[in-house]
Parts: sequence; C-alpha cells; structure tokens
Amino acid sequence: MNTHTTTAGHAAVPAWKEWLLTTDHKRIGIMYLVGSMAAFGVAGLMALIIRAEQMELGMQIVTSGTQYNSFLYFHGAAMILAFLIPGLTGFAANYFLPLMIGARDVAFPRINAFSVWLFFFAIILALLSFVIPDAPDIMWTGYPPYSVNTSGNTAFYVFTVHLLGFSSILGAVNFLVTVIYLRAPGMGWNQLNIFVWTTVAAFVLQLVFIPVLAAAVTLLLFDKYLGTHFYDPSAGGDVLLYQNLFWFYSHPAVYVIFLPAVGILFEIIATMSKNRVFNYKAAVYPGIWGIVAISGIVWIHHLYISGMPDWIRLGHMVTTLLISVPVGILVLSLWGTLYKGAITYNTAMMYAASCLYLLLIGGLTGIPLALPSMTLHLSETSYVHAHFHFIMALFSAFALFGGIYYWFPKMTGRYADGALATFSFWMNFIGVNVTFWPLFIIGKEGMPRRYWDYEMFKDVLVMGHPFEDFHKVATVGAGIIAIGMIMQTYNFIHSAFKGKPAPTNPWNSRSLEWTHTVSPPGPGNFGDTDVVVDENWTPYEYNK
Amino acid sequence: MRKLLSAMTGLAGAALASGQALAQEIRNPAEEWEHLWDEVMMDITIIGVIMTIAAIVMLIKYRATSPDQVGTAKKLTTVQSISFALIPAAVFMADDFYLAANGWTVWNAYRRVPENAMEVKVTAYQWYFEFEYPDGTVADGLLGDDDLPKPILVPQGQPVVFRMYSEDVLHSFGLPYYRVKEDIMPGRITYVWINTEEAQTDAVLQCAEFCGENHSKMSNPIHVVPQDEFEAWLAKTAAEG
Repeated sequence: MNTHTTTAGHAAVPAWKEWLLTTDHKRIGIMYLVGSMAAFGVAGLMALIIRAEQMELGMQIVTSGTQYNSFLYFHGAAMILAFLIPGLTGFAANYFLPLMIGARDVAFPRINAFSVWLFFFAIILALLSFVIPDAPDIMWTGYPPYSVNTSGNTAFYVFTVHLLGFSSILGAVNFLVTVIYLRAPGMGWNQLNIFVWTTVAAFVLQLVFIPVLAAAVTLLLFDKYLGTHFYDPSAGGDVLLYQNLFWFYSHPAVYVIFLPAVGILFEIIATMSKNRVFNYKAAVYPGIWGIVAISGIVWIHHLYISGMPDWIRLGHMVTTLLISVPVGILVLSLWGTLYKGAITYNTAMMYAASCLYLLLIGGLTGIPLALPSMTLHLSETSYVHAHFHFIMALFSAFALFGGIYYWFPKMTGRYADGALATFSFWMNFIGVNVTFWPLFIIGKEGMPRRYWDYEMFKDVLVMGHPFEDFHKVATVGAGIIAIGMIMQTYNFIHSAFKGKPAPTNPWNSRSLEWTHTVSPPGPGNFGDTDVVVDENWTPYEYNK
Repeated sequence: MRKLLSAMTGLAGAALASGQALAQEIRNPAEEWEHLWDEVMMDITIIGVIMTIAAIVMLIKYRATSPDQVGTAKKLTTVQSISFALIPAAVFMADDFYLAANGWTVWNAYRRVPENAMEVKVTAYQWYFEFEYPDGTVADGLLGDDDLPKPILVPQGQPVVFRMYSEDVLHSFGLPYYRVKEDIMPGRITYVWINTEEAQTDAVLQCAEFCGENHSKMSNPIHVVPQDEFEAWLAKTAAEG
C-alpha cells in the first residue's frame, strides 16, 4: 500500500497539486475537514439570519418568505449532508480509522481521492444555488408535491444528493474492505477501537440505505422535469411514497451521524480517564449493532402526522421506543467508562463531558416524540426542532469538536488547548443552552417550525411572556455561539501553525494512532516496521 | 398452544369491547394529552436526574491526582457483562411498554371520532383553508376586511370532525389549543376531531407542513361558540358567499 500513499518525495510537485492529487488518507481526511468546516460556516451564517428574522414579529431581515425558505433549505441540507456526515465519516474516519487498525492506508486510495472530489463538487454545486435566480426552497426533506410544483430549482438539490450519495457509497465500500482486510496482524474483532466499530456500523447503514434516497430524489427529478407521476395522485401516484422512501434513508442517516460521534466520545473518555471501556462487548454487539438492526424499522415516527394508517403508526411507536434499549446499553458503557477512572481535564474532555449532558437531553426529549399521540401535537413545532438540534447538531458537533481537540496534536504536532479554547468552549456550551431551551418551551405551546413570522400567536402567553420574548433569548444564544465558533476557528488555524508543540503521545493513550506513529504521521503511517499486535493488546489497556 | 391462542383471542376481544365502550363516551384528547405529557416528563426527569447525578459524581470523584495515575476498573466477568446488558435492557423495555400502553390509550381518544360529530370538510390551498359545513355553506379562511384572517366558528357541545383534502401541495391542520395536528394532502382524505364542550375564542389553526412562501401566514382563529351564535354566523356566511 506504501506506493499509493502520496506523491511526497517528488520535490518538484507544488504543494497545492500535492494536496489536490493526493491519495493519502490523512490528507483526504484534512480535505474533508476543511470542506465540512466551510459548509458549517456558511450554514451557520444561515442559522444566524434565521434566528435574527424570528427575533421579532413581522419581516425584518429577509426580503420575502421564499428567501427565508431558501436559507432554511441551505441551513438544513448543508449542516446534515455537507457538515455532519462528511465531518464524522469523511474527516474522522479517513484520518484515524486506518491509524487505529494499524493500516498503511485505506484499501482503495484512488477511490478514496475520488470520494473527496465528489464531496467538493457537491459543495460547489450547493453553493452555486445561491447565485442562480431560483434557489431551491424545499427544505432539506424536499417533499413533493411542493418540490415538484415550486419555481425553485429542485435539480440542484437532487444532484447535490446524488454526488454526496456516490461519495458516501464509495467511502463505505472502501472502509468496510479496509477494516475487514487491512487490520494489523493479530488484531481480532474484539480489540478494535469503539470508534472503528461505530464507523463500520455507519458505513453499513450508508451502503444499505443511500440507494433508497438516491432513488427517491431521482423520481422527484423525473416528476419535475420529465413529466412522470410517481408522486402525483391525480395520475395514480402517491405523495406519501416519497416521504416513506426519504425517511427510510434519513432515519438511519441520523445514526450515520450519531454513531461515529458516540465513537469519538468513547475514545476521548477512555483516554482521558485512563480506563478500559466498560462492558466493551455489550457496547459493540447489542449496543452499536442493536441500533443498526432497529434503525431500518422506525422511520414512520417521522410520518406520525402524515396520514399513514393507524396500525403502522402504532407499530412504529413500539419499535421507536425500543431504540432506548441499545442506546441505553451504550450509554451505560459510556458512563461506566468513567467509573474508577483517573480523569484528566482538557478541552477535549470538557467537550466530552458536555456531550454526556447533550446526549441525555437530546435522547430523553425524544421519548415523547416516540409516542404518536404526543407527536400529534409536538410534530412540526420548535419542540421537535430543539430535540433534534440537541442530539444531531449539538451532541454530534460537540463530539466532533472534542475529537478535533483530542486529535489535534496527532494531526499537527501541536496542542490546540489554551485559554482561547477553554473560553470558546464555554461560549459554545452556554450559547447552545440559551438558544434551544426556549424553543422547547414555546414548542410545547405550539410554536411551529419553519415560520418566519408567528403573528397569529401574539396573544399566547407562556409563563406570562409571549413567544417573541423566547425568540429574543434564543437569538441572543445564537449570537453567543457565533462568537464562540469564530474564536474556536481562529484558535484551530492559529494553533495549527503556532500552537505549543506536543509530544507524540501527549495524552498517554494506548491506541495505535498514538503509540505507533509520529505526529503528524508521514506517508505510509508507520515508518518501516509493520504494526503487529498480540492477543492481549487492546486500545484501552491502561491497568494491566 | 390452543389454550394460549384462545386466551389471546379472549384478551383481544376484551380489549376491543372496552375500546367500544370508551368510544361511546366523548373523550377529551387535549386533556388526556396533558396528562400523558406530565407522566412522560416525570419518567424522563427521573432517568435524567439519576444519570446526571451519576455523571457529575464520577466526573468529580475520579479526577486524576497525578499524570501517571491510571483507572482501576476491573475487567467484568462474563456474568457481570451479561447482567450489565440485560438489566438495563429489561428496565428500558419495561418503561417502553408502559409508555407504549399509555400512548396507545390516548391515541384511541384522538382517532375514534364520536358518532354524533358534525362533519366539516376542509380544503387546503396555497395559502388558505376553506371550510364546508353540512348544510353546504362554504366559509373561506382568507383575510377579512380588517386584514386579519377570518375566524371560523363551530358550535359548542357537538364534537366536530374535520375531513381534509388538499388541492395543491402538502399542508397540515395544526390546532395547538386542542393538542392535535394531521397533514392534508392531495390523493388522500385525513381527519381530525375536536371536543367542543367548552366555548373558546383562543384556538389558532395553523398550517404546520411546509407549503411555500406564505406558509407562516396560513392561519385562522377557530372559535367554539353557543349554538345560536354559530347559526347566526353560518347564515351570515351563506348570505355573503
């Protein structure tokens, strides 16, 4: 594999070309990181505009409902498809999975490079939708008939999903083959890092479910531009078909984001507690794989008010509630890993600790939403909006940021910790709470999602205050997050070049990416000697 | 086996019978919703508080005192490993089935329309609702002379079922006051019913499924008023229409 890794060594090749044409999994990982952080920045800006618009009754910031809707569309689609999924399965898996299993690169480095190119093409296509006259305004879900009837350019949405879908499928095949065939000699399945397991599970989900999404949006394209009637009831189609296909992928996609985030959390907590993962096999088999097994039979909970037959809504109530079983086992392992640990605090561990809280709030507020009778009211309110932001946006993004701090010395040879890191963490943590708690409260009283105005509720008081007051608090929270994120981004860039130099294994981890390579690892990762592990080795063996 | 089957049929029959008995009295779904909400909140608060306290205690108690210190958790025995998977699984499953049973009961209140309900046909358009009463009177939900969405009236005392259909894109019939919501779409008829025992002028109908530019403006007050007031309004609406 060594020969494929990089073109470094040909001194004549300029640096930009070396990056662009690289097949080295680490550089590809960094490219995913840069791309997904760029998407995060733009989509975050959209979030600020949305929050500023909702701050007061009436229209202040945007010029039309359609413009507001295209900002909403971009925020959702970019955060999920271009930030969270590529950030977790693109960046983190690319950079660290081969290192963790002792591989010199992924199984198919050129396909890996092609995946990242597709991802960048998708980002460019998504950004182009800002300069075309009819930007897509169909939300990230793209439900017909609206997405077919609208004058907005649905094709941009469809082709962006196609490109990202291809990218993910190729990545999935690549990483599954890598984990199956390129593990270091001696490394058994029960010796893998939890992060490797969660990534494998995420890629299995991508491989199984993406084709369904691709089919769903392709039929949408046909309906809009070729005059077919898959989703048109007036000609024998069915509008609910799309929603079923869409969520058949998009619910598992939640776990494509959630699982690697949990994996990162396990790595940080086990390393910083210098402790073995509590009940490793339970976390992996009934936990991670239990989630995978159930993920494909719960999608109707996104359709509780869509007019599906009663029997299937009740059936999916039971399966949805049962998700708490594998998640509960995972959570117990996560908590148990702290038990009798020797915890060191740094920025990564602060993010990890805050993730425990975000996971609890995000997970537990989902329980009412598992019940169709509760969801009849809560659906499409800002309660739902706050719930999935806690679990997807906040928990997963905080896990990713924690992971960046954790692996920063590995990627750059320098620490990103420091006063700025600590301060920006607290800004972010306080900001997300100030933003999303008010939305839970007014959501329960009926504040709808996706509204730029809520004048009809001006007489509804919650705890003596109108919705407007809660929106004001939430907008202040969004401003706090924005300041925190800007400081954090500056800190990452500054630390990458001028941060305090770190030793090879600054956290005294037992995991291969820390023990067997320099920081940052060179081409081929492990120098001249191949990694071999014995049967007693595990990445969490601190207390022999 | 046969015994088990007959027991199951018996149980199912009993469940059906009790369901029918319940359908005859007019339930109040919004009230039952609030009750279930309180129950679920209690449930998740207990879990949340236990887990939060456990996390905080461990995060403080197990701080490292020196950089070389390592965690001292023992490797679990097989019995311990299995127990630590099965016990939480059993606890969560028990809680799940408890919640599912309660959720199902409230679900029946929402979905079983009382037999004496008055039927109002709702047609949704981008971006307004239209209401057709049993006598054929049509009330549109457009803006009134005061530039505000016109209130839609229904009579007090008789349950009202809205049978809904869309002429263009997806919409949703959301009534936070009654804790209920259901999508409206072309190709299928959906329904929502409300208990109108109490008169009120606070309920706001809103579109709750994204439907385009004026999605945020698709709304009408829904008032429950005494029978005579309703009839006067209906006659006036018919005359104007």
